[in-house]
Amino acid sequence: MPKDQGIGASSKRREDVRFLTGTGNYTDDINLVNQTYAHFLRSDVAHGTINSIDASAAEAMEGVVKVFTAKDFEGVGGIPCGWQVTDREGNPMQEPKHPILAEGKVRHVGDPIAVVIAESPELARDAAEAVEVDITELPAVIDMKAACAEGATKVHDDLTSNLCYDWGFVEENRDAVDQAIKNAAHVTTLELTNNRLVANPMEPRVAVGDYNRANDEHTLYTTSQNPHVIRLLMGAFVLGIPEHKLRVVAPDVGGGFGTKIFHYAEEAFVTFAAKALNRPVKWTCSRSEAFISDAHGRDHVTKIELALDADNKFTAIRTETYANMGAYLSTFAPSVPTWLHGTLMAGNYTTPLIYVNVKAVFTNTVPVDAYRGAGRPEATFQLERVVDKAARELGMDPAELRRLNFIKPDQFPYETPVAVAYDTGNYDATLDKALELTDYAGFDTRAAESKANGKMRGFGIAHYIEACGIAPSNLVGQLGARAGLYESATVRVNATGSIAVMTGSHSHGQGHETTFAQVVADMIGIDESQVDIVHGDTSKTPMGMGTYGSRSIAVGGSAMVRAAEKVINKAKKIAAHLMEAADADIELKDGQFSVAGTDKSVAWGDVCLAAYVPHNYPLEEIEPGLEETAFYDPANFTYPSGAYFCEVEVDPGTGKIDILGFTAADDFGNVINPMIVEGQVHGGLAQGLGQAMLENCVYDDNGQLLSGSYMDYAMPRAHDLPNFTVDHSCQTPCTHNPLGVKGCGEAGAIGSPPALVNAVIDALHRGGYPVEHIDMPLSPSRVWNAMQSVK
Amino acid sequence: MTEVKMTVNGRAVSGDAEGRTLLSTFLRETLGMTGTHVGCDTSQCGACVVHVNGNAVKSCTMFAHEAAGAEVATIEGQAAPDGTLNKIQQAFQDYHGLQCGFCTPGMVMSAAALLKENPQPTEAEVRDYLEGNICRCTGYHNIVRAIMAASGQEVPAVAAE
Repeated sequence: MPKDQGIGASSKRREDVRFLTGTGNYTDDINLVNQTYAHFLRSDVAHGTINSIDASAAEAMEGVVKVFTAKDFEGVGGIPCGWQVTDREGNPMQEPKHPILAEGKVRHVGDPIAVVIAESPELARDAAEAVEVDITELPAVIDMKAACAEGATKVHDDLTSNLCYDWGFVEENRDAVDQAIKNAAHVTTLELTNNRLVANPMEPRVAVGDYNRANDEHTLYTTSQNPHVIRLLMGAFVLGIPEHKLRVVAPDVGGGFGTKIFHYAEEAFVTFAAKALNRPVKWTCSRSEAFISDAHGRDHVTKIELALDADNKFTAIRTETYANMGAYLSTFAPSVPTWLHGTLMAGNYTTPLIYVNVKAVFTNTVPVDAYRGAGRPEATFQLERVVDKAARELGMDPAELRRLNFIKPDQFPYETPVAVAYDTGNYDATLDKALELTDYAGFDTRAAESKANGKMRGFGIAHYIEACGIAPSNLVGQLGARAGLYESATVRVNATGSIAVMTGSHSHGQGHETTFAQVVADMIGIDESQVDIVHGDTSKTPMGMGTYGSRSIAVGGSAMVRAAEKVINKAKKIAAHLMEAADADIELKDGQFSVAGTDKSVAWGDVCLAAYVPHNYPLEEIEPGLEETAFYDPANFTYPSGAYFCEVEVDPGTGKIDILGFTAADDFGNVINPMIVEGQVHGGLAQGLGQAMLENCVYDDNGQLLSGSYMDYAMPRAHDLPNFTVDHSCQTPCTHNPLGVKGCGEAGAIGSPPALVNAVIDALHRGGYPVEHIDMPLSPSRVWNAMQSVK
Repeated sequence: MTEVKMTVNGRAVSGDAEGRTLLSTFLRETLGMTGTHVGCDTSQCGACVVHVNGNAVKSCTMFAHEAAGAEVATIEGQAAPDGTLNKIQQAFQDYHGLQCGFCTPGMVMSAAALLKENPQPTEAEVRDYLEGNICRCTGYHNIVRAIMAASGQEVPAVAAE
């Protein structure tokens, strides 16, 4: 029987009730007394010199409070970057200033020039039209390779070129990799693009700044995945506000997917302006504005070569990638194409030699940073595409070529040639599970039926590995991270036994309030309803790094377990005193402390009461109270993996793809709430399949964003997607965290794009169109044109 | 600004609105009913769906004054007065049909409109009907299951264990 409570139970989500009744508290639902409204006037050209800004007419309009420009921010810091990458020569990356409002030049469509503050959003918007900005438009650099050419227009005049860094990994392997490729029995080469995406959480960003002059305290309400990170970056590096005078609140947040990790100029602006005006300042982003101000994702152009020996074993991989940084460095941008991408190039395979070269490039486009998966989808896509192509070239079954090269279960822990050590995994098991769930053997029959109906059916396989549970602080510090990546939790037991857990993780759809409560309730043996999870407010939670990179249960959950263990250990001492027994003899089960081998017991609630009403209490040995904090820094990353199978039908007349089935067999280690885990996979799959089939962020040569709204950017809709078959029964628990968990948030987005593209390429080959590759998204026109090109 | 009066979830309400004030803005800002969400500015996302005189409407496509005298129903009025969720809301919780909750008000209101006109929709009909509601979290899988379950049709239990 499935459990109905605690670890392993599909507990219904407690957060649902407020979301289903319209009583959530999202940032845009917050309105403060005497509030003003900010409207950002943004550049409509990709590159230009600002000659003048005349706001006098706007400031004279009724209801306008003030118009801010860069001159109001003299002496204020730029938006900092949180990660420094070192190039092949050992030099630090080129790091331009990222001002809150444009200083002298605009560098992308959407770069903020001025901000109008008014008594209503409508008045602010109207007045923005009266601000006269004179800009001389300059040539824009959009294409990454063109940006790297000799004599290219520079995005930043004070940098030596548009190259942020030229990174080699592992640089010492370079010659050996070159040699192995030269000597290989077979080399498969593929050039591909990982299309630029916009994360598009359904809640646009919002920021509300408030200032209390009486005590010099600032409060920022913001749509963030990590309020403590925002407090640190903005307080210490931008505005110079000490932490004890700055509170950052991220209440209910309507999805993040990475794009709400970063510290944005608008957050610093409203915080600054609230003090300058001594009134609250609110900014609500429109969707169209989000397209030109939220950090984008992906945008890599890659050449990958896979070398194989005569036995079809992989001997070497060499890649060269151009990674778009956009016009400025967003918070974690430099880490995405490097440490979150190069380290994953071994995939599930035993390839002994790997060399990854990444050129990060500034262009006159919106900054690019982490989006669901962040680097790992880019690594997986190129690897799983090139392996599939190799299988076709060698005439092998793509599943069997993978299996031949898998790291085998007895090889763990496994040191890859790209600096990471996988602790556990069983790639054959997930492959077998996916084969079982998809009736792989019956595919030929189904393909024949499709053919009879004038359609081409294809089957695509992809495997993935990801590094989650970000991250061991000492390791990432060596790799350029400018912050620690531990997580924190405080377990506060109340006098009658109920519990509040303050976590540094942040839930913006993942259901932590439910999952985390399951863990603590299970450890003590009390009802889940007795445990509340508190998050999203720097004044309530200990310093924590927030939620991204599928880290919450693996790192935040581990911190919570450590804090709960401390609480339990102390409670056992109290119980021992109450029962006049030795500490070591106390056992805790189902909320009852008992003395081993006796019938003596005392209830959890009674022990908690004794801690706060210490009339009969070992005061000489332990303090009263029952509250503990733990900070957990992981020893390693976690390594979820899985096998993703996609079955499609392609209409040869139109190139339109129908996804007939999608199966995900994942290994997430132990699972706390299966219902929530499956939901996370569904959402990841939709975003990955959206990337593969529909979504594309397109700039024209002048740097105008052509896909700037939901009219032009194809978000996946219900009828674009199939029902998913998801399975997480293959479990190799993580060996280095107390829950044995790995993380599940990004898997779907990582593994699904190559599975779909492989399926479409398979369908085309079976239909007599030997197309080698189509760049995502596989729109009907791209598929149809590719078919015509090989006719 | 002129006064506009309407009925929202059975309660007579009024407030000042400009000619250009959208119904979604009127609900959120003037009436303080923030359950209705705004996720885009091109009438694509459907987070703002409410019912006006019994029809599902994207409240960002309608001026507040156009709703003068109308019966408007929003997400805040869907549960019973004692807080008991209606069958669609309950199915969304039972089948994990929501994650971040931002699209949820529009999804629930669209689902209610669908089941009113088609009490036993097929899965394909549910997916087609949701054309105007975007969800970025769930991949729609569990939303579709929730709506099928709310219509009284057999749907496998959540999370195979």
